[in-house]
Amino acid sequence: MNTGESVEMPGGMQGVVSDWSADKEAFKVPWGKAMMWIFLVSDTFIFASFLTGYMTVRMSTTVPWPNPSEVFALTIAGHHIPLILIAIMTFVLITSSGTMAMAVNYGYRGDRKKVVILMLLTALLGASFVGMQAFEWTKLIVEEGVRPWGNPMGAAQFGSTFFMITGFHGLHVSAGVIYLSVVAFKVWRGDYEKKGNYEIVEITGLYWHFVDLVWVFIFAFFYLW
Amino acid sequence: MAHEEGQQHPISVYLWIWLLLFVLSTFSYMVDYYQLQGYLRWTLILVFMFLKAGLIVAVFMHMMWERLALIYAVLIPPLCLLVLVGLMASEADYTNFTRLMFFGS
Repeated sequence: MNTGESVEMPGGMQGVVSDWSADKEAFKVPWGKAMMWIFLVSDTFIFASFLTGYMTVRMSTTVPWPNPSEVFALTIAGHHIPLILIAIMTFVLITSSGTMAMAVNYGYRGDRKKVVILMLLTALLGASFVGMQAFEWTKLIVEEGVRPWGNPMGAAQFGSTFFMITGFHGLHVSAGVIYLSVVAFKVWRGDYEKKGNYEIVEITGLYWHFVDLVWVFIFAFFYLW
Repeated sequence: MAHEEGQQHPISVYLWIWLLLFVLSTFSYMVDYYQLQGYLRWTLILVFMFLKAGLIVAVFMHMMWERLALIYAVLIPPLCLLVLVGLMASEADYTNFTRLMFFGS
């Protein structure tokens, strides 16, 4: 460590900045990607806390829990299909994850046009997911009479946990749609062409895949359990 | 690092994982469609969930190609959550017990 040279350390505010930003990197990835990962870890804690809270109230209630399979069933063309809307939403989100992965791949290949199209397609699928969620909420509130403080089907906590968890996830999807659209626009405008660096597409992709990842857990624990 | 220019992998890798995610999602929907119940249901739900989550994180989020320092920094802290889940499960159990005891079933 000690090379005998004395390195002058700046003091004051400049010292704070240099101490935190000096050449001491632990992660051999672009800083934006490392920061996105750290944000996603913190987001993991938020969603996990919500799901743990849901587990706690569901385990401790003495009133029967409403059967999600029935609550989220739809009658399509005379057929009563359990949980069908949620299944479609799941497939839409997985499809969007696939198109996003493709966008990242074409980004590194430098195929700008395909990146823009695939990112916009991802945003479109995300928007349709939010649309279906709005439909689901409307049906639950207007037709089934589910409220955060009670519902006719069983345990009162069903409503509060449902609106909290899916609402927070839906907010993430909506934010992701905006994020994707902004980055797609910047790619289209050629902002990253000069540097020839499409890392931003991968970072956006990390966020989007995370939103899909959270849905995997919500689907398993809230809708299927 | 092997990936100085970012994460570049053949497209077929993504297509295969995409297909697998579709199949796994179909399986987990089938668990509900055929109304499997009890431990079989819970086991299958968890198995499909972890497989899907693993594929998304490992391949779509490129985790399997990252360096170990980043993998540990991201995947180890969430393990603390298991402690939270354990504590809250025992707490919920106790709440349920006292509710049954004092308010009747």
